[in-house]
Amino acid sequence: MSLIKVTIDNIEVEVEPGTTILQAARKIGGAVVPPTMCYYSKLKGSGGKCRSCLVKVAQGSAKDPRPMPKLVASCRTAVMDGMVVQNITSPEVMENRRAITEFLLLNHPLDCPVCDQAGECHLQDLSYEHGLAETNTIEDRRTFKPIDIGDKIKLHMNRCILCYRCVMVADQLTDQRVHGVLGRGDHSEISTYIEKAIDNDFSGNMIDVCPVGALTDRTFRFKSRVWFTKPFDAHRDCPKCSGKVVLWKKGDEILRVTGRKDKYGELEEFICNDCRFEHKDNNDWVIEGPRKIERHSVISQNHYEKK
Amino acid sequence: MAQKILLNNIDVPGLATFEVYRKLGGYSAVEKTLKSLTPDEVTAEVKKSGLRGRGGAGFPTGMKWSFIDKSTDKPRYFVCNFDESEPGTFKDRYFGTLNPHQLIEGMILGSYALGAKTSYIYIRGELFYVLQIIEKAIEEAYANGFLGKNILGTDYSLDLYCQPGGGAYICGEETALIESLEGKRGNPRIKPPFPAIVGLYDCPTVVNNVETISVLPWILNNGADAYSSIGVGNSKGTKLISACGHINKPGIYEIELGLPVEEFIYSDEYCGGILNGNKLKAVVAGGSSVPILPAELILKTAKGEPRLMSYESLAEGGFETGTMMGSGGFIVMDDTTCIVKNTLTFARFYHHESCGQCSPCREGTGWMEKILQRIEDGNGTMKDIDLLFNISKHIEGNTICPLGDAAAWPVAAAIRHFRAEFEEHVKQQKCPLSR
Repeated sequence: MSLIKVTIDNIEVEVEPGTTILQAARKIGGAVVPPTMCYYSKLKGSGGKCRSCLVKVAQGSAKDPRPMPKLVASCRTAVMDGMVVQNITSPEVMENRRAITEFLLLNHPLDCPVCDQAGECHLQDLSYEHGLAETNTIEDRRTFKPIDIGDKIKLHMNRCILCYRCVMVADQLTDQRVHGVLGRGDHSEISTYIEKAIDNDFSGNMIDVCPVGALTDRTFRFKSRVWFTKPFDAHRDCPKCSGKVVLWKKGDEILRVTGRKDKYGELEEFICNDCRFEHKDNNDWVIEGPRKIERHSVISQNHYEKK
Repeated sequence: MAQKILLNNIDVPGLATFEVYRKLGGYSAVEKTLKSLTPDEVTAEVKKSGLRGRGGAGFPTGMKWSFIDKSTDKPRYFVCNFDESEPGTFKDRYFGTLNPHQLIEGMILGSYALGAKTSYIYIRGELFYVLQIIEKAIEEAYANGFLGKNILGTDYSLDLYCQPGGGAYICGEETALIESLEGKRGNPRIKPPFPAIVGLYDCPTVVNNVETISVLPWILNNGADAYSSIGVGNSKGTKLISACGHINKPGIYEIELGLPVEEFIYSDEYCGGILNGNKLKAVVAGGSSVPILPAELILKTAKGEPRLMSYESLAEGGFETGTMMGSGGFIVMDDTTCIVKNTLTFARFYHHESCGQCSPCREGTGWMEKILQRIEDGNGTMKDIDLLFNISKHIEGNTICPLGDAAAWPVAAAIRHFRAEFEEHVKQQKCPLSR
């Protein structure tokens, strides 16, 4: 199939037809890549909800050069030949991204000092890069009590931004989904059927796909700030999954096991709960070596390697 | 006397029964069409009539039909949107209660034109009594051979079902309606693809409003030219307007498009003037989501021409000085009305009805309600007014479906035209109109 040309922030790139604007931007890489809070390339049907990846289409295509009337979600809009997209070069996009960040933070508790996700939280990164330094709100936030969903996962609904990623993981990775979004509008919540435990070999991936600290690993909670732990690539023979993981160690102790995430924070491969929760002994793993930390994130604090 | 298409027989006792409807010439359009016209000819006739969608957006109906994907072997569906729940709009409920057979006749014609073998009327859950009336009418239509296998001996067969929703405003958005009809949570889908390509059960689907569908029998009986001779400009035919608020004669009126707004409000044939002889303050012309206009701009456009009840004339001046036809919910307010409180009521509605899928609408609608509540209670600041306007601007156009726009427009318009009243609330630290 012949490639088509698209220009994003004055940089031209050739991609296959059907590629989204976001994926085309990721092909270019660097600052022109829009942030994503709900889109996850490995989850079918994800994206379009958080609106943080909105971009301006200044020219629809070579054939029909009219601009698109509204900003579009780059994660769900396919490129056309000759399309011209503005992301960081458009003041309108940046203004609206700031506003979206404000909306996402409106009911988010900002309890980063006690949140396990701090350091690797996408919302933290988004607000660091696009948020306001001061707040416009004096309103109370909506609150929920944290609940345990099973013995391995903790749900802090207060922190949830309703990206639907964990729902899609359960839909697409596990045999049976026992949780979903209940309620409507800003009182909707992620919940299980009458506090039913989420018990499935791959349920732990919900923790990894959660962009914020709404779903956290109960075996790791409050053990350490993530930036005090050092990541190592490791693997083991696992009958259920690829067994390729990242071990997060403090000294010689393995505090946490997660999947391997790429530079956009997406898992390369989903891992099973056995690897994630049950193997925290160095003897369980073949350690490949230290894992590079993305400078992009707050987690790169306390890591001194050069880029 | 104005031409009536939908309400001409509405006062006939027993119109909801098959016998009475049939005696008045009902189902003759089905007889004529199924025997003498091809589906494409029906679509062409509707296109020619200039009929525009009556649900709010005013998209040309024939055009919408022509987008349906006929290249696949998949079944095609025709769906009636009876999820009427816009505050101020209550025309479909009235019409469907009294004349269900005209809707069913329209469903048969539309389904035939689109080649649908199964069609649905998706009705708002709260309208359970209307559902019962429609289901009874559907039964009668089956019994008389107008639905089911081989209608009137032709090789066209159609099954029609009436499905109640859970009573959510968002399910009036066509893709949310489709999700709900499939038995899922009523979240709007991300478009494209549009329902004409991927709709109900991933098959090509057309969703039309009750009023749009109910007009079809008249168009096919009397011809597209007769229909397009009514109205002005690109606003053809008649429109049901549900008038409410501070008027002497609230109710449902069928008007010929192009009627001057002033005549609609003040003539005895329609609203009959303002209640208690008060002064007109503002009008929301097309249901709660459209921009509110002050008296001087609803009666005359910014250019000083009389404003007409038509898609173009109401929209004249854009959102700066104009509004929209919307779904025909005509809300009139006299000078005792507090615009802030009215805007708060609308904002509360949209906050309650937001599906919560995308962040600007989920978070922004609640935020706007809280700020409006603060201003109405006398606890607002001047900064809040600007903040409110900015929030509405950041919701507008940034959401998956038009509910975000619908929530943002009334707030932005209220501040645009009645900023002084918002400021008065802040200055006096109370609602100046509260009794």
